[in-house]
Order: sequence, then structure tokens, then C-alpha cells
Amino acid sequence: MSTDGTTVPFSGVPFSGVSFSGSRPDSVYYFGTCLVDLFYPEAGMAGIDLLKAQGLRVVFPQGQSCCGQPAYNSGYREEALKVARAQLDYFPGDWPIVVPSGSCAGMMKKHWPDLFKGEPDEARAKQVASRVWELTQFLVQVLNVKFEDQGPPVKITWHASCHAQREMGVVEEPKALLRQLANVELVELQRERECCGFGGTFSVRHPEISAAMVGDKVADIENTGAKAVVSGDCGCLMNISGALEGGKKPVRGVHIAQFLKERTHG
Amino acid sequence: MGETSVNFAKASTTALQDPQLRANFRRAMDGLMSKRAVQFADSKEWNAVRALGASVRLRALSKLPELLEKLEANCTRNGIQVHWASTTDEANAIVLSIMQRVNAKLVVKGKSMVSEEMHLNAFLEQHGIESLESDLGEYIVQLDEAMPSHIIMPAIHMNTKQIAHLFKQKIKEAEYTEDVAQLTDLARRVLRKKFATADVGISGVNMAVAETGTLCLVENEGNGRMSTTVPPVHIAVMGLEKVVEKLEDVPPVISLLTRSATAQPITTYVNMISSPRKEGEKDGPREIHLVILDNGRSSIYADEELRNTLRCIRCGACMNHCPVYTKVGGHAYEAPYPGPIGSILVPQMEGLAKRGELPHACTMCNACVEICPVKIPIVEIMGRLRAEAVHPGDSVKGAGSRASKAEAMVWKGWSMTYASPLAYRFATGLLAKLGNAAPTSLPLLKEWTNVRAKPRFASRTLHDLAREKGIPDV
Repeated sequence: MSTDGTTVPFSGVPFSGVSFSGSRPDSVYYFGTCLVDLFYPEAGMAGIDLLKAQGLRVVFPQGQSCCGQPAYNSGYREEALKVARAQLDYFPGDWPIVVPSGSCAGMMKKHWPDLFKGEPDEARAKQVASRVWELTQFLVQVLNVKFEDQGPPVKITWHASCHAQREMGVVEEPKALLRQLANVELVELQRERECCGFGGTFSVRHPEISAAMVGDKVADIENTGAKAVVSGDCGCLMNISGALEGGKKPVRGVHIAQFLKERTHG
Repeated sequence: MGETSVNFAKASTTALQDPQLRANFRRAMDGLMSKRAVQFADSKEWNAVRALGASVRLRALSKLPELLEKLEANCTRNGIQVHWASTTDEANAIVLSIMQRVNAKLVVKGKSMVSEEMHLNAFLEQHGIESLESDLGEYIVQLDEAMPSHIIMPAIHMNTKQIAHLFKQKIKEAEYTEDVAQLTDLARRVLRKKFATADVGISGVNMAVAETGTLCLVENEGNGRMSTTVPPVHIAVMGLEKVVEKLEDVPPVISLLTRSATAQPITTYVNMISSPRKEGEKDGPREIHLVILDNGRSSIYADEELRNTLRCIRCGACMNHCPVYTKVGGHAYEAPYPGPIGSILVPQMEGLAKRGELPHACTMCNACVEICPVKIPIVEIMGRLRAEAVHPGDSVKGAGSRASKAEAMVWKGWSMTYASPLAYRFATGLLAKLGNAAPTSLPLLKEWTNVRAKPRFASRTLHDLAREKGIPDV
């Protein structure tokens, strides 16, 4: 994928992200993200377990914190740079860096090269950025995983994260994984590609618009009759689950890593 | 700075409370998006044609001063009189002086967003000149004494019923009908009379071709052709970025424009205007004037990144695909250009002190970037403007005008904490223990919990779980 900031992979092309040049690695780094760390640690662990179940050694650097996106999107680039820079030391070598979030992965892969432009550690940041994978992208494109469903029949729907789709080019991978599950019926949303209204600080800076957006998303989810909405990004998930719960809707929001683990490990 | 900020939050909240408005936009935008998708169903063709469109626009911008000079020379050679205006006031004054010279009382207008930028109708009215919009959507909006809510479909915020009531109320000979053909026919009858008697026709310009001195104008209703050929004087107004280098640059841009805007392979009318009526010709205007407006564009041009804003061909597809625009509609932006392109263009034109909130009217979902036919990095420019608004500088008008010491301190504190593993561990540990005790009356949490349940901090972080489960550290 291009990092010139103008080329976004076209949506209709399946698996349009980066193609893996090396052979299957024996170890990977895991970048958990700050939202997962505080709000969805089980989803984070589930991602680690899915990778370990494929025979990989997963390294979780304890010094990691955040990709810097909150400050970057708020216009505080120096502060974003400081936090992004602090991550570089913890991901030495060549192992892939797997991230259970399309948005944080997109920040690292697509925006770090811009953020570090002209900085003394630009080359190093670019090297780290080039090794970043979104979790489902890695499971499908590199590991070519095959899941066996162990769970009871259930109807679910999928919410696509904007940055997974449009920054990481991850469109079909997560749905392909969900479709491997024999007892899971995946009903697509009418407006699967439409933003849920999270947008980081947008959700509290323009709460009324954000509420209207997540309202439309919740209505779309309800129309599918699904018992759960699965997503790959914890920002979207916090927003959508929060609105489902706030509106007392009997639909569960769940991260795809956690859902896949539940279905395949009993 | 002393400039009052335009309150987007307030205007958008008002818009959200109008269920009819929301339904109108939702339906219209859903329709436009699916129709456009059919036009560009072949992703290979799409990638090729937008790369070509982007390259045409980039090449034009890369030699903009030279092309504008060439355009002026070739227009002049063709008998088109060229005028330069650095501000909208100057542009209005130029238009008025032409009108006064020919003693104009009635003007018919084709669709032009630059004329909206100039608030030309109101200006002419102040000077006793009747200015009538002849594009059906613009005509409806003018009757309603409103602003266009979309750059391509000005009255898209209204449904047939609302238009039927408006016509009945505002047009003398109107009988109430909700039949679209009858409503259109009524507008047509009113406008026909005006075309025949207008002293001046005003139009916009979709593209001006430097090498030939040709003004290109696309439209569907024939009103553009009538406005530019029937009255004895035609005045075209354009933003200075609308120039392209060669005649061969026109077809790919038109194709991208019409397919992106209205999902048409081509519009019903494509006007290529190259001169006033010549000796021995039986029709056409006696005079053509081209008013080229700057209005902040040359400052935008001066910055290499922000310059990309000027690639825009005004197709409006970014609006149709914007989840924020779809919810609040065009009027909430209180600007001639709403939606994503407006949110980056208007703050640069009018300054961040007044318009600094617009770059935040965006979730950075990139839906606009994905469909922009000339590949404008809209969201990156949005981010850049957010940064400019809070940091003093000289590349954007009003840079630093929204700087807040409190906000800057929050981010500084955040970055110090998140850049230090020790501080981060301490802070997240604290939040895991005490975070859930925070009352929902706290700022930010209050806004969040309006429609959502309170987010729950986990009792142990992923860092904790990884350590406990023996996941190796680096």
C-alpha cells in the first residue's frame, strides 16, 4: 500500500493490503493498543492466544503504550511524535508487529512515516511501520489460518472499521475468518462501510452528531436480527456497545479476536 | 483576532432535531452513493481514470501562474474580456460596473458556486438589480430565501411536498401539485419569460482551457446554455484554480466530474464557450466577461500541502459520502461549500479564528478520500488545519487563534505519561483501580454517556494479563 497519503486501496478488491514478502515467521511482536489495554484486555489476550495457537512465539513488550493517534488527530503532532518515538525501542529486529486494531495499525503504518519526516529517527520509524499488520490481515494473509467452529448456532453481523478498510486495506479478511465458522451466520449490515461516529475526540467534541451516527449504526444492526455485532477496533466497539447498552438493546458487541477465540477454543 | 467564530456545533444540533431534514438527506445520499458506485464498478478503470484526473489537476496547479496568463491572453484574443479580482468585494464591483454600463435591470444566472461565495444575488439586489437563479434547484432555494445545501443539488434538503408548498406560496399562477413534471414545468414557464428579457446572463465555469481560451460549462437543464447565449452580455465567474492546460485535459475531467457528481456518463449539455457573437453570426452574446477570483486561493496555493485543496473539481461526491454531512445537511456548515471539501476550503479562505471548528466536523473516516476523483488528501489536510489552529504560524490565516493553554497542557501531560513506561504503568494502574468511580457528570464522560453506557475500565490491564500469563517481554 502506498504511504503518499493519497492512495487508498479500492474497496472492492479483496486482500488488497500489503503482500507478505518473507516466509512465515516463528515469532511476532504484539502491540496491544492503549484502548485494549484499559478497556478490552481479554480481547487483547484473545489475539495473543490466536497467534500462539498457530505455533508462533508472541512477544509483548511491556514498555509499549500508544501509537500516538489521539494527539495526532487533535493537532498536537509534537506530543504524538514523542509518544510514537517512545515505542520504537521496544520493537527491534525484523519480526512482524501484529495489532488488534485497524486504526492503530493505520496510524503506525500510514501516518508514522509522515510524523517522523525529517526527524533523525525517520528511517527507524519507517522500518518499524513497514512491519505492522492488522490482526485479521495477518491471520489470513500470512498464517492462512483455518478455524473449526466449536460453538452453538448464532446470527451475527460485522462492523467494518474505517481505518482498517481505508488505511490498512483490510476489507474481506475479517469476514472471511467469520465465514469459516460453520455455526455462525454472518448477516451484513446495509451500510457496513459507514463510520459509526466514534472518531476519537469527535465523539465528545460533537456529541450530538456522534450520537446521530451511532444511532443509525444501531438501527442498522438491529435490522439484521443479529445477536452480536463483531468488530476489529475497540474505538468503534466502545461506541457501538455503549450505545447498544445505553439503549437497552439485547445485542452484544464483541472484538473479533475474542469472538474467534470463544468459537474455536470452546 | 476579534473575529467571531461561526458556531458549527449549534447549527448542526439544530439540524439534527429536524427529522424530515435527516430523512431527506439520508434517502438522497444513499441514492447518490449507490448510483455512483455503479458508474465506477470497474476498480481498474476507476483507478486509471482518477489517476489521470489527478494528474491533469496537479499539472495545472504546478504551472498555475503561467496558465492563468496564457488563459488571459487567449481569452482576450477570442474577444472574451478578462477581469481579475483579489477579493469577493472586488469581484462584485466588477460585475456591477459591467451591469451599470449596459444599464442592466434583470440578470439570469446559471449555477455558480463562486457567485455564492460572492453573495452576488444579495449584492445586486442592494443595487436595484433583479438576479434570478435559473437552475431549478437554485431557483427553489432562492424562492425559499435560503442557501444551497449542496454544491451540485442545492435543494436536496427538501422533498417534493415541501417544494410543492413553496411553489404554491411563492409563485402567483401556481396551483398546488406534488407532481414533479408539473412542478418542473411551472418553473420552466416562469424562467422562460425571464430568459427572453434578461439584460445579462451570469454563469460559473467548470474548467477554463488555457491553450484555447475556452470556458467549459456542464449542466443538465439547458439553463446554462440559455443564460450564456440569450442575454446580450454574459459574465462568467470562476475561482483562479479552475484552469486546465490543454483542450485534451477536458474530457477526462468532465467524465470524472459528471460520473462522481450525478452518476451520469455525461451531462445533457456541455458548453464550450470560446467567443462572443462574431460578425455575421445571428446569435450569442455581444460581450463576454470572465471574472477570475482569488479570495484567498493564492495563499492556499503558496503552501505545498494545502495547495492540494485547489485540485477540487466541485463534484460534491465527498458530501454524498460523508457520514457527518449526511446527518447534519449542508446548511449546518453556514458556508457556500459544505461537507468535507468545505471543511478544508472554507477555514483556509475565511481563517481559522472564524472557521476553525470545521476541520473537526469529521471523524477522519476517509470515506471522502476513497471516492475523491482527483485524490485530494482531504483528511490529511483536515489534520494539518487542526494543528495550525492551535499553533501560531503564518501558513494559514488565523493560525494559532484557537490555542488553549489548558488543552495544550492536557496533551503535554498525556505525552509525558504515555512516553514513559513507568508513568504509563502507574497511570493505567490507577485508572484500572479507580477509573470506574468517576461520576458521569465529569466533562467528556457527560457527553459520552448522553446516549451511551459508561465505558468500564478493566480491573487488570493487558500489560498485567500478559505478565501473569508469562507472555515474553522483549
